[in-house]
Amino acid sequence: MSDQERTLRFHILRYNPQVEGDTPTMKSYEIKEAPGMTIFIALNEIREKYDTSIQFDFICRAGICGSCAMIINGQPDLACRTLTSKFPDGEIKLLPLPGFELIGDLSVNTGKFMRQMSERVESWIHDKNAENVDLCKLEERMDPDTADEIYELERCVECGCCVSACATKRMRDGFLGAVGFMRLARYALDPRDKRSDEEFYEIMGDDDGVFGCMTLLGCQDYCPKDLPHQTQIAYLRRKMALVK
Amino acid sequence: MKVIYTDSLVIGGGLAGLRIAIASRQRGYDTIVLSLMPAKRSHSAAAQGGMQASLGASIKGEGDNEEVHFEDTVKGSDWGCDQDVARMFVNTAPKAIRQLTAWGVPWSRVRKGDRQVVINGKKVTITEKGEAHGLITSRDFGGTKKWRTCFTSDGTGHTMLYAMDNKAIELGIPVHERKEAIALIHEDGVCHGAVVRDLVTGELIAYVAKATTIATGGYGRLYAVSTNAVISEGIGTAIALETGVATLGNMEAVQFHPTAIVPVGILTTEGCRGDGGLLLDKEGYRFMPDYEPDKKELASRDVVSRRMTEHMRKGKGVSSRYGDHLWLDITLLGKEHINKNLREVKEICEYFLGIDPVKEYIPVRPTQHYSMGGVRTKPTGESPNLKGLFSAGEAACWDMHGFNRLGGNSVAETVVAGMIVGEYVADHCAATTLNINTVLIEKFLRREENKIFKLLNREAGENPFELRKEMQDIMMDKVGIFRNGDDLAKAVEELKVLNQRAKNIALRNRIATSNPELVEAIRVPKMIKLAQCVAYGAMLRTESRGAHAREDFPERNDRDWLKRTLTTWNSEDADLPEVSYEELNIMKMEMPPGSRGYGVDNTVHHPDTEKRVAGIEEIKAANPDADRFEMQELLNPIEIPEKFRGKNERTGRGFK
Repeated sequence: MSDQERTLRFHILRYNPQVEGDTPTMKSYEIKEAPGMTIFIALNEIREKYDTSIQFDFICRAGICGSCAMIINGQPDLACRTLTSKFPDGEIKLLPLPGFELIGDLSVNTGKFMRQMSERVESWIHDKNAENVDLCKLEERMDPDTADEIYELERCVECGCCVSACATKRMRDGFLGAVGFMRLARYALDPRDKRSDEEFYEIMGDDDGVFGCMTLLGCQDYCPKDLPHQTQIAYLRRKMALVK
Repeated sequence: MKVIYTDSLVIGGGLAGLRIAIASRQRGYDTIVLSLMPAKRSHSAAAQGGMQASLGASIKGEGDNEEVHFEDTVKGSDWGCDQDVARMFVNTAPKAIRQLTAWGVPWSRVRKGDRQVVINGKKVTITEKGEAHGLITSRDFGGTKKWRTCFTSDGTGHTMLYAMDNKAIELGIPVHERKEAIALIHEDGVCHGAVVRDLVTGELIAYVAKATTIATGGYGRLYAVSTNAVISEGIGTAIALETGVATLGNMEAVQFHPTAIVPVGILTTEGCRGDGGLLLDKEGYRFMPDYEPDKKELASRDVVSRRMTEHMRKGKGVSSRYGDHLWLDITLLGKEHINKNLREVKEICEYFLGIDPVKEYIPVRPTQHYSMGGVRTKPTGESPNLKGLFSAGEAACWDMHGFNRLGGNSVAETVVAGMIVGEYVADHCAATTLNINTVLIEKFLRREENKIFKLLNREAGENPFELRKEMQDIMMDKVGIFRNGDDLAKAVEELKVLNQRAKNIALRNRIATSNPELVEAIRVPKMIKLAQCVAYGAMLRTESRGAHAREDFPERNDRDWLKRTLTTWNSEDADLPEVSYEELNIMKMEMPPGSRGYGVDNTVHHPDTEKRVAGIEEIKAANPDADRFEMQELLNPIEIPEKFRGKNERTGRGFK
């Protein structure tokens, strides 16, 4: 952290579809940098001091909830944990995440997208007996390594960075995308989920699924949680290629 | 007039709210969840360290059971909790965790054989039993006798919330996102739903329901620095208060967590200390054993936070431009452990501090963390004053935490209360018919419309962001970890002035649709009222109990203060809440008041305590053959929904 106070210049896409006649424009704002300043802190200051209408989403502001993904100087990332000191020239350009419905300014509707994704991949344990489990009895055992491996794939925070960084998704609107593949890989690994490979094939065994991926791997490059997208997509593809 | 009807309306899409919606749906009722954002982004996701449930599978949890968990919880609450509710909770927690296991949470598991752990600053080898291999493991947390906190690495809340929301999606439960409940609809002591504002279109919608549940989390953001998510503003609690009918309980009970990073206040989990991390001062000296020789860093949160503050007041803090702090040292846990079990902490250190906790100390200080107070409910989760209004999780004062919550008991409460209250909500839906006059709905909608109209048309007035900042500073400076009569009296007066000023908010951006300033303008007056409840309750409570520490009244005073603070807001024109009290009946306590075992015990005892202790001895002597279940039945008979009543199995001891 430098004690030298510098001026930051933010360039932000402004557009409110709720206001009739509004058109997208870039607006610039100048603020003084503070030590340890994040884009979360900076945007709140801009809103409170200069423009109370500006829209953006932050919830946990700790890199945990996935609300605040946006395009920061050309790259998708979580704004809450991006320090302004990362940008030597003090110029910071912010755009909403592409690939999602725009709510306004920097706010996009990841919720709707992720709910549809969850419904499409049936993002839950498939086990007819799950509802009949006797809650008084010892839980079903699980190999400790398996539990750890499932957690590794479950660290996704549904921020949408992988979707916005995906060229296939840009060309094929119905493409499931890395967030969906990661979810499927997580359930395919989980011994509690009784779905067969054939059933998984029904979900992802086509060009909108795992065979559509062009392996450009923007997902791998931009995942804020460093999830192993490359490995898991390759794993699913091989698994699906062996079906039938 | 847009009206949406349902059976069970749930306000808040975190763990507690989702669990209640699931219970409603599983019992065959229509349900809708309202959420400010996608449910998976709720603050429940931020719970890192774990969930307490007395499974006792790990060797260091051996011998654990409902009794031990109960004792820890009651002691932790400084005897301020409702012991019936604490009992319901500890008996059901093992079932809740097992249900979540079936729903997909990848809990960390016991691995048989030797493993190295750090206890009291030293490396120790413990040996896990073969028979426990593959069962859910647990870690140590503050204020617990056994290692009882079950976890998924340090992403416990995240995995619980994902499993819960996925279950809700499986059941087809609609979550109406970006919707904010801004008022409850009620008449003659019955709640009929809520007036809800669409945060994108600005539209006001009436949601009408048989049962309305507030599960909106805590009110940490009344404070300038808090570990809480920015949406933890207590708005659900506030709309209950604004009915003038529903009561809030123990609003002055506010917990400070010992280890949030400086300056931004992001939490590093109690698991850091549970796993062996130490607190050091500016000389690198481990000071906690001097204050608390028994529990050291793992004393209850309120105790550790006060000891840290005391130590900094002695000049032992590390100075920084953001004020003094202390160090959290987890370097002794080693790289492998940190990368695996404390990786969220590691990420937070890397991103927000630019340090590597494997090699460097983490700058920490006590920071607002948890709201024990909230919407007062009966053990069923229903408001005692407003029928059809329920509350669960941090938003509620159910009251299993009293004046201090144990680490690991919060996510546990959300899912356990969700299960139990969820059944009572469904019972309520079964027993009630929806009978409401649309004139009433219209009255409430018009009232809220008018308020917004005034906000949008006032030419000049107060800035809502400024008002919030002033409120947060008052709370930080005068209603913090250590409190005293003079400061509290000042806080109460200053907040009164803010309350008046908040009636005159004017906006710079006067549009009715998506408008963050309007959202702020709707919330801030509500938050100020809650702040007044906290400050006023704290001023009146002339004792120290749990997290409520009065420098001018350092003793816990059971004789005069073994009671729950109840707050109501009787009229829109009032500038202070009405306060009354609800006595806690010692003669019905399973565990009569005693010492928590920290520092000097200077409790002023209640005359009933001795009587109850003697009474319990008599009951025990008269029933020498009673096992622990029968004894609990004699000392503290409780109601739990039928389906959750069975005994819990544990490895090595069956159902005993």
